[in-house]
Amino acid sequence: MTGPQAPEPQAPEPQAPEPESQAPQPPRAPQAPQSPEPVAGPVLALTQLSLAFGGLRALSELELTLADREVVSVIGPNGAGKSTIFNVITGVYEPTSGDVIFGGHSIAGRPQHKIAQLGIARTFQSLRLFMNMTVLENVMAATYGHTRATPVESVLRLPWARREEREAKELAEDVLSFFGQRLAGYRWDQPAYSLSYANRRRLEIARALATKPRVLLLDEPAAGMNPTETHEITELIGRLREERNVAILVIEHDMHVVAGCSDRVIALDHGVKIAEGDFDRVANHPAVVEAYMGRDPEALAESG
Amino acid sequence: MTGEALPPSGADAGGLGAAQPSGPQVGADEWVARRAQRREYLPSWLGSAQRSVERVGWWPRLALACLAGLALPLLGLGGFQLQVGIDSLGIALLAVGLNVVVGWTGLLDLGYVAFFGFGAYGFALLSSAQIGSHGIHLTSALSIPIVMIATGILGLLVGLPSRRLSGDYLAIVTLFFGEAFVEFTNNVSPGVFGGPNGIVGIDTIHGFGVSLESNKGYYYLLVILLVATMAVLRLLDTSRTGRAFRAVREDPLAAASMTIPVDRVKLMAFAFGAAIAALAGTVFAAQQISVFPTDFDTPILIVVYAALILGGAGSIAGAAAGGLVVYVIYDGLLRSPTYSGYLFYALILLALIAKLRPWRKLGLVVVATAALGFAAHAVAGAISASWVAGAPQSTGLLGDALRDWVIVPANSQTAGKVGFVLLVCMLIGLVQLKGRWQTALLVATLYVASFTWETVLSANPSVTRQLMIGAILIVMMNARPQGLLGTRRVEVAT
Repeated sequence: MTGPQAPEPQAPEPQAPEPESQAPQPPRAPQAPQSPEPVAGPVLALTQLSLAFGGLRALSELELTLADREVVSVIGPNGAGKSTIFNVITGVYEPTSGDVIFGGHSIAGRPQHKIAQLGIARTFQSLRLFMNMTVLENVMAATYGHTRATPVESVLRLPWARREEREAKELAEDVLSFFGQRLAGYRWDQPAYSLSYANRRRLEIARALATKPRVLLLDEPAAGMNPTETHEITELIGRLREERNVAILVIEHDMHVVAGCSDRVIALDHGVKIAEGDFDRVANHPAVVEAYMGRDPEALAESG
Repeated sequence: MTGEALPPSGADAGGLGAAQPSGPQVGADEWVARRAQRREYLPSWLGSAQRSVERVGWWPRLALACLAGLALPLLGLGGFQLQVGIDSLGIALLAVGLNVVVGWTGLLDLGYVAFFGFGAYGFALLSSAQIGSHGIHLTSALSIPIVMIATGILGLLVGLPSRRLSGDYLAIVTLFFGEAFVEFTNNVSPGVFGGPNGIVGIDTIHGFGVSLESNKGYYYLLVILLVATMAVLRLLDTSRTGRAFRAVREDPLAAASMTIPVDRVKLMAFAFGAAIAALAGTVFAAQQISVFPTDFDTPILIVVYAALILGGAGSIAGAAAGGLVVYVIYDGLLRSPTYSGYLFYALILLALIAKLRPWRKLGLVVVATAALGFAAHAVAGAISASWVAGAPQSTGLLGDALRDWVIVPANSQTAGKVGFVLLVCMLIGLVQLKGRWQTALLVATLYVASFTWETVLSANPSVTRQLMIGAILIVMMNARPQGLLGTRRVEVAT
């Protein structure tokens, strides 16, 4: 498993599903009243995206589209570049070449908070909550981008600053109530560190929702969860799409989740897209099996 | 290989922390939270007092504290005590401002005192005969806001490196800025800044036909300024800006991806902190009627940081309380040999009570130390009268009690220095040893500590009080890491 040479011949393959992804888009558009400007094309598109750290090519000419209210999963072995995609989309890294198109505009190279304000929210693989803030504060902090009160206005508690604060609180409560009993009212004033692991993951999703996103990037939402909670996450992703009108890009290792929630699956290895399509097709794709299992199953059996 | 392969639900229903439709239950989460909450409070009856105080809203509490502060001079504080009160309020104001930068936003700013100095010098230049032929004698109603805004802008500039640097690196850069300020005022155009001689003859605070002449006036002014600043910061803390500060402290990367402009928020914190420091500086300059470069050097930085840490970084009330407590101890008590003696022995006793278990062992150590002292004193007296010819530095009751216990030779300075070195060696030994030998050495160490205190330490308050503040901080950090009024924080390694 050395270098990106091996999977490269597969690169032309994933072009096929692209028109397929655009096909179901138009009928869905009217169902998304919250979207500020419904666009005809994909909400999010990566075009010929490459990222190199010195000589290391983390991503190579990656093509990816995400239609409105579509759920796409990204799978691949460790180090394949899955989280790197998220970091490029959200502006942590600037792509070496290629572009990130969101809502018809290029966002590559824009500062992280601007990209978040435009409507791309994410969760993190290693939880990155504001641990020493309360649950409610965690979510309310994410409303910073669409509130306007200056410090002076806030301190003077001017009427519009109060209204804005009240709206931010209502939004936060609305987002938290999305998780029902799991993040119920009595937990709102508790510090985030007092939550269980699964609830921390839920809080991260709630916090991301408070930025009013159109695209939600979930980085291993089911990592470290038990089977019941994993099942819940699968249902949750479906509900997010239906009730919150967001398009979702999921990185996940748990194949139950991937199979249960995805409209489309993209497999990645060494920063190159090796397969794309519905779950069964990608899961049985020879390049994907090879990426996970090694080149030759028989040779592997002999050596092992 | 699909989601249906899983049991839809059920396994979790009776589990720990499971969500019951009937209403909130005590799950693992809530238990942890409640426990954590209990640990926030002081122990036993102090904790219940704290809780009942918290049940009152924040502004009645602040108003009450304000009234208490204003009423304090009625008890007949005067002269030295009033001066200590004024200086403590100044330090409290500085600590409250530093809390914005360090406690909330988590930026380690070691150049903070330079903003204090900038404010003082700015006020001095605008309110003295220093500039021009007649000087500028601006009314304070104008000069204080001007100086605060100018220092806030300076804070923005100094904060610029914070966009790229964090933690230790930022600390070094800002420390450089702090030292540069002292060098600058010492050396650049003495005609304007006065060099080492500083600026003298500064106007008192005056405006709207009023002029503050007495120390009492400055005391009242500082109480009001401190309370007003605390109220403003409290309102800021519960706004979007306050949440952004804390989010940036907790996790800058997550904050940025949650629509918070991290760089701008950091600069804002620097500017706010600097403006509050400048406010303290203007009152300081006006009250002293003079400013010198050495007023803004490292010792004051240490005191302000000690105040913030002891009071509880991140808490406004903690920072203010820390400022008052630390400076009253630092300047009010530790200057007088008697008071500092009481504090020294009380600290030792507290540390022994906290660390020595069971009670039998504590009693044994105390009795053994007392016995060792009287025996040593008797033996030394029998050998040579000059060995016990000196008197302990502590006076009053404490001095009388110690007279026949601690050996103070005629030439106490030399013996004290030897004792100090011995004390350090014994403290190192104390950490290395275990069990019975440690207890034995502890008894001897206590005696040598007392000996060193009574011969040299208490006679040199300028050095000793730094040591004592350090010792208090160590004891405090062991007993209550979050500070007096701070809330416990967890650090999560990512």
